[in-house]
Amino acid sequence: MAEEVSTHRGSVASITPEQIKEMERASRRENLGRNWYKFSRNPLSVIGVVTVILLILLATLAPLVAPFPKHAGPFTDFAHAKLPPEWGHLFGTDQIGRDVLSRIIFGLRSSLLMGVVVLALVVPPGVLLGLLAGYFQGMWIEAVIMRITDIFLAVPPLILALAVASVLEPNLWNGMLAVSLMWWPWYTRLVYGLAVALRNEYFVSAAEVTGASTAHILFREILPNTVSPILTKMSLDVAWVIIIGSMLSFVGLGVQPPEPSLGTMIADGARYLPDQWWIAIFPALAIVVVVLGFNLLGDGVRDMFAAQET
Amino acid sequence: MSFAPLLLEIKNLHVHYAVYGGRLKVLDGVDFHMRTGEKVGLVGETGCGKTTMMKAILRVLPMPPAQIPQGEIYFNGRDIRKMSGNDLQRVRGRGISMIFQDPTAALNPVFSVGEQLGAVIQYSAERGKALSHQEIHQRAIAALQEVALADPERLLRSYPSQLSGGMRQRVCIGMALATHPQLLIADEPGTSLDVTIQDQVLRLLRTLVAEKDTSVILITHSLGIVREMTDRVYVMYAGDIVEVAVTPNLFANPLHPYTQGLISTVPRLTGGGIASGIPGRIPNYLTPPTGCRFHPRCPHVMDICRAEKPPAYRVDDDHEVACFLYRTENRV
Amino acid sequence: MSLLNFLVRRIIYSVFVLLGLSIVIFLIARVMPGDPARMAVGARAPQWVVDRLREQMHLNQPLVVQYGYWLSDAVRGDFGLSLITQRPVTTDIKEFLPASLELVFFSGLLSAVGGIGLGIVSARYKDTWIDNVVRVFSYFGIVTPSFVFAILFILLFGFTLNWLPIIGRVHEQTAVPPLVTGAITVDALLAGQFGTFFDALRHLLLPAISLAMGSIAQEARITRSSMADNLSKDYIASARALGIPERVVMGRFLLKPSLIPTVSILGLDIASTLSVAFLVELIFNWPGLARYGMNAMLHKDLNAISAVILVLGAAFVTVNIIVDIIVAQLDPRIRLSATRSA
Repeated sequence: MAEEVSTHRGSVASITPEQIKEMERASRRENLGRNWYKFSRNPLSVIGVVTVILLILLATLAPLVAPFPKHAGPFTDFAHAKLPPEWGHLFGTDQIGRDVLSRIIFGLRSSLLMGVVVLALVVPPGVLLGLLAGYFQGMWIEAVIMRITDIFLAVPPLILALAVASVLEPNLWNGMLAVSLMWWPWYTRLVYGLAVALRNEYFVSAAEVTGASTAHILFREILPNTVSPILTKMSLDVAWVIIIGSMLSFVGLGVQPPEPSLGTMIADGARYLPDQWWIAIFPALAIVVVVLGFNLLGDGVRDMFAAQET
Repeated sequence: MSFAPLLLEIKNLHVHYAVYGGRLKVLDGVDFHMRTGEKVGLVGETGCGKTTMMKAILRVLPMPPAQIPQGEIYFNGRDIRKMSGNDLQRVRGRGISMIFQDPTAALNPVFSVGEQLGAVIQYSAERGKALSHQEIHQRAIAALQEVALADPERLLRSYPSQLSGGMRQRVCIGMALATHPQLLIADEPGTSLDVTIQDQVLRLLRTLVAEKDTSVILITHSLGIVREMTDRVYVMYAGDIVEVAVTPNLFANPLHPYTQGLISTVPRLTGGGIASGIPGRIPNYLTPPTGCRFHPRCPHVMDICRAEKPPAYRVDDDHEVACFLYRTENRV
Repeated sequence: MSLLNFLVRRIIYSVFVLLGLSIVIFLIARVMPGDPARMAVGARAPQWVVDRLREQMHLNQPLVVQYGYWLSDAVRGDFGLSLITQRPVTTDIKEFLPASLELVFFSGLLSAVGGIGLGIVSARYKDTWIDNVVRVFSYFGIVTPSFVFAILFILLFGFTLNWLPIIGRVHEQTAVPPLVTGAITVDALLAGQFGTFFDALRHLLLPAISLAMGSIAQEARITRSSMADNLSKDYIASARALGIPERVVMGRFLLKPSLIPTVSILGLDIASTLSVAFLVELIFNWPGLARYGMNAMLHKDLNAISAVILVLGAAFVTVNIIVDIIVAQLDPRIRLSATRSA
């Protein structure tokens, strides 16, 4: 996109800045349209988007759509405990009489929140460090950043996240913090690789010889060219973050009861297998649906950007 | 020579590629034949279907996406397309072998030269005659020496990534000749190399096929090479054979406007001026031009060229051309 | 010799990474709110005991000095006492590690055989119903977390079908072989107790499959796509054109280059099974290091947590080195460039 615009700029001398802006806007609109067109070609990607939108709607509108919103809190009704799935309780009720469906819908909230917040915490610093390390390749900045990154990548993120979560007060926010602390290196490494390749491109050299500031080169020249891989990784990572979040709550290091989360529901329900299977199995299937939705979406984004390059 | 038996005959070969958005009709009814001992050139611009045609002969086109809706390919009188796996394997290698266009892509990056060459030698041995490791090794050394590669022992242990482009090309030629083929297909040998090395490689190839009296199909877009190395030439444009002639005739009397254009693009030492070339470029195969595929670029285009596909006309004993300018001649 | 060179460089680098990891672990352990000494002796111990322990644990000295003491102990294999078991952490690790290794090894074996096998079948029958079944299976395998698989398998194979045991390493009444390696399957074979071996294998099956599902799916997907990619390469066309039989082209000249990405990913997958084992061992009550570590985390047993993470980090790094060696064996380009830069 940037190249198209710059050729316009070069070939037509009498163009006003406003016209350039308008051309940039037009080309951005056109790109958006083309990307959506490519994305929507694959029915699976569309299923992914629809699933994700539905899940987001369910989560945000939970108090309105859940059949028993009160069951998301400290609620007990032993008279209606362990009811199998039926019309009143589509997914049955749990060991203390709460509607499993309602709790799943509320449980989506922490899962989705986890995905969004962790990525929001992780991407900016991860990307920044990657840009710095890549652009200053061969200098001490690169050495320091990349060696620290290697240390964090030396252990699977789940183990360190579990460890951090365990030493902190167990709750949703500390869970997010723990996962975030372990997740940034993946972005650093991704962006580092891209930046190393980009710093030798002519447009970067051109900016350097015209005396552009380091910040300008990093954020206006290199960063825009790393956006598609970053977005692709983000869209695929949402699913992994959600899985790790559910693992944390599964072992009791995430969301604390009575607040519902899919992980804790599965852990609790597992004790009532096999007779009251629905208490564990429906939340388990819910996780599969959430992860599947984000994964299909992520694959769609990846294919869209991959198609753009050819 | 023209009384020698037919070695290869292709009749009405069509090759399509199924891609998103339709079918690329890359070959659209190609006829081709050659006799034992002949050296035949196949020229045309990049992308005109030369390689596709050769890969179709050996049935090594990736299918899908490629498909062959119709066509017959006779080798020694038998239709290759109808052969069983075993028969096909016997034709490949010992019957027909091929030097691929890009030696870097044609060599497997994770096997040593010795492993690849050894396998070719092992499986092209006469039926029922298993070769010992010793024999395979000796033949491999001989094959490398034949293509003038120094230190063959070390080379056998090397991997393709350790060799220079010229060495890879020689290894590929050595592999293709190690099967002692009746027919060698050489797909633009040396194109990826610089000019002096390309020249060496071609000279080597010419000497080797002359020594062994191998029949050759030489694919190239260089007319100079064709002139030096072949007896007869097929000219292809966008998936069609547009002209066939014995080599001297083609250069002395090019008939098809495309051939005329091709020959005029060769810079001449005498005469001066810049070659005129052919304006335009090869059409896309998704929606090829109607009628003659060359008509959008043809300086002599007529109404009929847009409407009908020209058949081949025989102009001379050994000269055919698919162009309506020669309508008065005999249809083939 | 050159490969050795590469190996040595790789190991030295890994030691530095582990050293870095130890700093991270140390910091995590110290970040924890609360007094480690107080945690160690319990809430009811008198203050003077705590003070003495603080002195012993060098808690009154600067962080750097504390780290120095901690590291020098750790290098000598002394991680202190575990809060839960009240034994030296090293003793615990020796007891629990073999069970985890047995599980992870077995699950790695399943991933390699199952994943590569499915991938090859899928590529061989590309675009047929077989391929489609494998692809759908892969997709679900990748998106389903292992603990969800564990729950589903327990319900299906443990309870409903009642085929396989869901708890522990062997049946209560099975004779346990004399302890040699700590891996019951191996020990049983060494002692010639085949009944015990098969019983142990049956117990291994569900946890190992739960652990392996994700990577089986991943391997299948990668093997399939890399074989499909390579199938259209010129070197395959060339091998065919030169008369090499189809089975040799497929089984040798296509398979080897196609397995390179699979093996790289397989290594990462096996290494990360180490972390997923934390949940799976908990669910199947598998007495391994991961369950021990998980319990340590749930009880804030800092000595045990640090040691377990460091041991797993070392295991992770080791697996990566092994994978690098295998990949270098498969791919001369990597081997050559590694030795050239060395």
